[in-house]
This record gives sequence, structure tokens and C-alpha cells, in this order.
Amino acid sequence: MSSSSQKLQSVEKTTGLHVGEIEPGVKKVDPIITIDKVHRQFGGLTAVDVDHLEIPRGVITALIGPNGAGKTTLFNLLTGFDKPDTGEWTFDGDNIAGVPAYKLAQKGQVRTFQLTKALGLLTVLENMKLGAKHQTGERFLSSLFPFIWKKQDDEIAEKAMGLLKKFKLDAKKDDFAASLSGGQRKLLEMARALMSDPELVMLDEPMAGVNPALTQSLLDHILDLKKEGMTVLFVEHDMHMVSHIADWVVVLAEGRVVAEGPPDVVMKNPAVIDAYLGSHQDVDLGAVTGRIPKVSE
Amino acid sequence: MDWGSILSNTAQQLLSPATMAFALAALGLAIHFGFAGLLNMGIAGFMAVGAYGYAISILTFGFPWWAAALVGIFASVILAIIMGIPTLRLRGDYLAIVTIAGAEILRLLFLTTANQEITGSADGLFGYHASFRAANPFPEGTYGFGPWTYNEVEFWVLILGLILLGLAVLFVWRLINSPWGRVIKGIREDEDAVRALGKNVFSYKMQALIIGGVIAAIGGIVYALPSAVNPNVYVTSLTFFVWTALLLGGAATVFGPLLGAIIFWVLQAFLSNVLPALVSSGIMPFVTATQAATLRYVLVGVGLVLLVVFRPQGILGDKRELTFVK
Repeated sequence: MSSSSQKLQSVEKTTGLHVGEIEPGVKKVDPIITIDKVHRQFGGLTAVDVDHLEIPRGVITALIGPNGAGKTTLFNLLTGFDKPDTGEWTFDGDNIAGVPAYKLAQKGQVRTFQLTKALGLLTVLENMKLGAKHQTGERFLSSLFPFIWKKQDDEIAEKAMGLLKKFKLDAKKDDFAASLSGGQRKLLEMARALMSDPELVMLDEPMAGVNPALTQSLLDHILDLKKEGMTVLFVEHDMHMVSHIADWVVVLAEGRVVAEGPPDVVMKNPAVIDAYLGSHQDVDLGAVTGRIPKVSE
Repeated sequence: MDWGSILSNTAQQLLSPATMAFALAALGLAIHFGFAGLLNMGIAGFMAVGAYGYAISILTFGFPWWAAALVGIFASVILAIIMGIPTLRLRGDYLAIVTIAGAEILRLLFLTTANQEITGSADGLFGYHASFRAANPFPEGTYGFGPWTYNEVEFWVLILGLILLGLAVLFVWRLINSPWGRVIKGIREDEDAVRALGKNVFSYKMQALIIGGVIAAIGGIVYALPSAVNPNVYVTSLTFFVWTALLLGGAATVFGPLLGAIIFWVLQAFLSNVLPALVSSGIMPFVTATQAATLRYVLVGVGLVLLVVFRPQGILGDKRELTFVK
């Protein structure tokens, strides 16, 4: 592990993203997403209750928090897959509250899913082609006449092959996506998302269930996205990776933003240690939850 | 046993209007289920609006046959929209429930005596052939050879049916092998993933429902062209027979529905001829001749079960699809 942790330190971080003192809801120099008073309730459970949050542009932001903190719900709200009870949020300055998911994707905000959604009985190449935007051949009437869309389709295929090569999936282009391993599907989903030339890439637990070697290459791909000028927002549990690649970390707990800031600052925040990292590592878990009376007392 | 007549009757079925109608209906269902993943259990309803739209337009409103056919097609578009708007936003199973109910409601509307003037109630509709036969380009006479010998009217139905079937197959083949087809196949696999890639999933599902419904309605019209329209035809078991034909040939293929419909009807014709013959010649003494004729439906059911268990992708389906059961 020593060599890999040395490598981990070598990533250059972007700093100076915020304006004023670091606190939950701090203003950013150049926010791509701003969220105001977004509230989502499932029955009696408040899943998301974010007062104000800004996601900085052009950098990698990690969204962390304990299970049930509302990370995926917030993701679903931002991407139009779920509707909040109240609240407003903007993308690139446009108000996008209530805009359906497919329109947000067309605006340049693309997401992946925690449970990978590779389209099993489509080939890897077809999966990739599906990611491209503004396809003439996807309109019903023009789809009947190949001469209208063939040229564009070939260009899309060429672009797809370029991306597949980068993600080392080019040899599998004619295989069904269902035949890929779990990790390869994660790669495919990410590559497919990139086919639309997004401005903002939202990754929901990109590393879950991926072996260490593949994790390293996934991390490199995420860092590449930043290098190419894209904004990345991702949900992750592994603090090691978060501190490795994220420029900014937002911590959710019980639906609220409890802390945010550069990774090294956030990790030392007592609220974060309390809510997520855990201050009771040395105490019996039963005692922490209060279900089992402490033996020593 | 008269093998000559058994085989001749069987061979006739190969090019019968029923076979072509089933092939068209199964092709429409292939768009719905095989490519877009829409579980339409009311394909009989789409065939019924096609057939009734055609017959009512001629009998009640005096339309020429081609305009009547367009009315039948238009009616299926309306039916698809009515069924789709409330259900396409829901999970697939709900569409199955709504479509099966929708088809039954339609059948009962056609059956009820309240509309007898227009729909003919239980007697159905007949005697609407004048305009169609007047348009027959073939002069009086006999056409074809062997078991496939037709008079000029039957031949006109056959040729028109084949042309429509050919056009429908070409149309679907083009559609499926285009980026449009890629999107609806993606929706079949996982509609949220396709939504996340910026496609208007609801619109694509609606388009698929309409296109498949129109092709099924054309099937209904071809079914009605030579004979009559009877509400007892458009029952739920018709839906299941079309499903059988589709699954037999391969749900996610273009030529599968065609092959499935042919096999289904040729086999039906063969069994309905050979089973009673077996009884009368004393080979199957344990059933009566009438029972033997119905036995074919039992065999079709058994065949469908075996097919779904052992070859779920159908005869023409991609073998690789078997490997990845979701």
C-alpha cells in the first residue's frame, strides 16, 4: 500500500474555490450549481433538507455522508429523477427546478447510477452511441432513411471507439453489455456518459464493488475529466479516495449539509467525525446506539 | 387417412389471410414487446379497432374501402394514445393490465346490443365487400396452382395482404436498424439509463405503442378483408395466440413474427386435420373426433410452455440473449 499512497499524494488540488469563511453553504467563486431551500420528504422521513449549497465549477466535488444521509436523493433531485416538495436550484445560471431528467441531460448535466445501468442486450458500441446528443436518426421519420443519418452515425461510432479505447473496452465493442464484468460496466457507463460532451458529470458511487486495480484507473479517468474542463460531482464512501481526488467535499447527514470544505479541513471537522467518520471507534457499537446497556457502567 | 387432403389443407394455410393477419399483428407486438419492452396484452383490441373501423366506415358511412382502411388505422392511433397517456409513465406491468382491460372493454362495446345498429352486436358485421371487390385489378378466373388455387377475389386479398406484409416488414426492419431503434431497445433494457442520456423516454414509448398498434390494426383489416367482422374473434385468446406466434419466431426479431405466424397457423391447420383423422381411423380411440379437434389448443398451450422454458429467444432470436437472463 505504501507505493500507492505515495502516488495518492501527488495529485494537485485546486484551491481558492470559496468566498469568505468556510461554513456549510459558503459562497463559491464560480458555482455551476446552486441549491436553495430544497426539501424532500418521504412520508415522515426528511430525506433532504438543504438550505443553501453551491457546487464549484471545473473541479471535483465529493458528496459524502453516512448511509441514509440523502446523498442519492439529492442526486436524483438535481438530475430530475425525483421532485422536491419545495426548493429551487440552478444549473449554469438557469433555473432547473422541475425540469425533466432528459432535458437536463441535454443541457449538459449527465449522471451515472449507484446500481450500474448498462443496457444488457445492446452491444457495448450501441450503448456508447446511445449516449451521443442531437442524433438525426433518432427522429422517427428520418430514421427510415439511412442516407440522412448514416454519416452522423459513423462520426458518433468513431468518437465512441476513441472513448472505448481510452477506457480499454474497445476489444469488447461487439459484445453484449450484459457479458461485461461489474467493473467493466462501471467503465462503460462512465464512457457512455461522456459521449454527450457534458459540462457536469455526476457519478453515484463510481467505486462501489470495483477491485483496487480498476479503482486506480477509474480515479485516473475522473481526474482526466477535470483536466478536460468538466465539473465532477460524485458520491463516495471511501474517505481515502475522496481525500485523494476531491478538491472540495460536502458532508451530508440526515439530509442537511453539516460541513463542507477542502478534504483535509473537512476531515478534521468535529461535526464530520461525529456524523460520519465516527468518534466512537473504540466503543462497543451497541453502547453507541444505546440499544445495549454499557457493560462497564 | 387421406393424407392428400390433410397436406393440401395444411399447405393452403401457409398463404391464408389469417396467417398474414397474424404475421402483421405479431410484427406490431414485436415493436411493442420485443423492441420497446412494452407488455401489451391487448393486441386483439388493436386488431379489433382496425377491423371494426374498416367495416363500420363502409357500412355506416359509405366510405370507399381504402378510406375505410385509413379510418381503421387512425382508430388504432387514437387507441394507442388513450391507453398510453395514463400508463406509459408507470412500470411495464401496469400497461399489461390496462391493455388487457382496454381490449376487453372494446370487445364488449362491440358486442353490446346498445350499439347494434352500428356494430352488429353478436352477429358482427358483414357484406361490406362491394367497394373492395370493385377495386380488384385481376379479371375473373382462377390463379395459382396446386393447393394454392384462388378465384380472383381471394387472389386480390392475397396479393394485397402480401404487399402490406412486405411493406410492414421493410418498414420495421428499417426502423429497428436505425438510431431510433437503438433508443427503443435501450428503453427496453433500462428506461432510466436512457432518460439520463437525454432521450424523451415517454415520447419514444408512445411512438412505439402507436407504430405497433397501427401495424396490428392493419393485421385486423387484412383479417376482415375477405370475410366478416365478428366480436367473438377479438377475444383475449386471440391476444395469446398472437403472443404465441411472436415468441415462437423470436420477439426481438423482424422476421420472427412472420415465421412464428406461419408455423402457428400451418401447425393449427395440420393438427385440426390430422387429429380427427387419427380418431376416425382408430389410432386415437380414447377421444371423440370433436374432442380431437379441440386438442390442438391444448397442444398449442403445451408448446408455448416448452418454448418459453427451453428457447425463450424464439426460433430466430439471438442465441447470446439466452446467456444473460436478467
